[in-house]
Amino acid sequence: MKYENYIKLEFPSKSCNESLARSVAGVFAAQLDPTLEELGDIKTAVSEAVTNCVVHAYPDCIGKILLRCRVLEENRLEIVVRDWGKGIENVEKARTPLYSTGGEERSGMGFTIMESFMDKLTVRSRPGEGTTVVMTRVLPRRRRER
Amino acid sequence: MNVQTDYERGVLTLRLSGELDHHSAREALQEIERAMDRYLPRRCELDLTGLSFMDSSGIAVIVRAQKRMRETGGRIWLIQPFAQPLKVLTASGIDRLVPIKCLESGGQR
Repeated sequence: MKYENYIKLEFPSKSCNESLARSVAGVFAAQLDPTLEELGDIKTAVSEAVTNCVVHAYPDCIGKILLRCRVLEENRLEIVVRDWGKGIENVEKARTPLYSTGGEERSGMGFTIMESFMDKLTVRSRPGEGTTVVMTRVLPRRRRER
Repeated sequence: MNVQTDYERGVLTLRLSGELDHHSAREALQEIERAMDRYLPRRCELDLTGLSFMDSSGIAVIVRAQKRMRETGGRIWLIQPFAQPLKVLTASGIDRLVPIKCLESGGQR
């Protein structure tokens, strides 16, 4: 796929890196001149995806997380969050609102928020091999008022 | 993430400031529950004015706090969440379970 710009960031699945990941994604997205609301949506979706890796992909260990952000044609922002953790047995079930295997500390709304805050969400997972979350959002060019 | 506690005549006000995510959620909840246990308030106001970011981890915190208040017969309110936290609250449907009080309209951050 043709891209205009990209970044790749690899970091360990420590919870302190959740804020780092969403901040980096937000700074990268800034080149598309998003509104504050769009920027908030992107940071929230990235936070959810990375938290899933920290909590579910590597529940008992620290593993590797990859964040890749790309600017595609027609002002489309693509964000990939990938892990090599334990994977999801049933992706469809995991995407159901309120479904969680994370106990009382989780709300089960992670995928629901990613879905509603981005235009498109794809989740690929294989038990034992890891999970790849691909999210895209079109950030329409704004007409600036002067 | 910081939680500031204020208690007056049965009303416990907890002012949350900073970013509420999975990393900060456990500590925030501990502080909230500690204050609830100490004051056993009739009413708890979670003031979100100072919250610059919240994701679904914050939803879990609010649901737990609401449960805790119900156990002692009290009620919980959310005060003045700004645009981003408010959107997460609305998307998760929690605004139908916990009343939200906005002191003034608008507010973008």
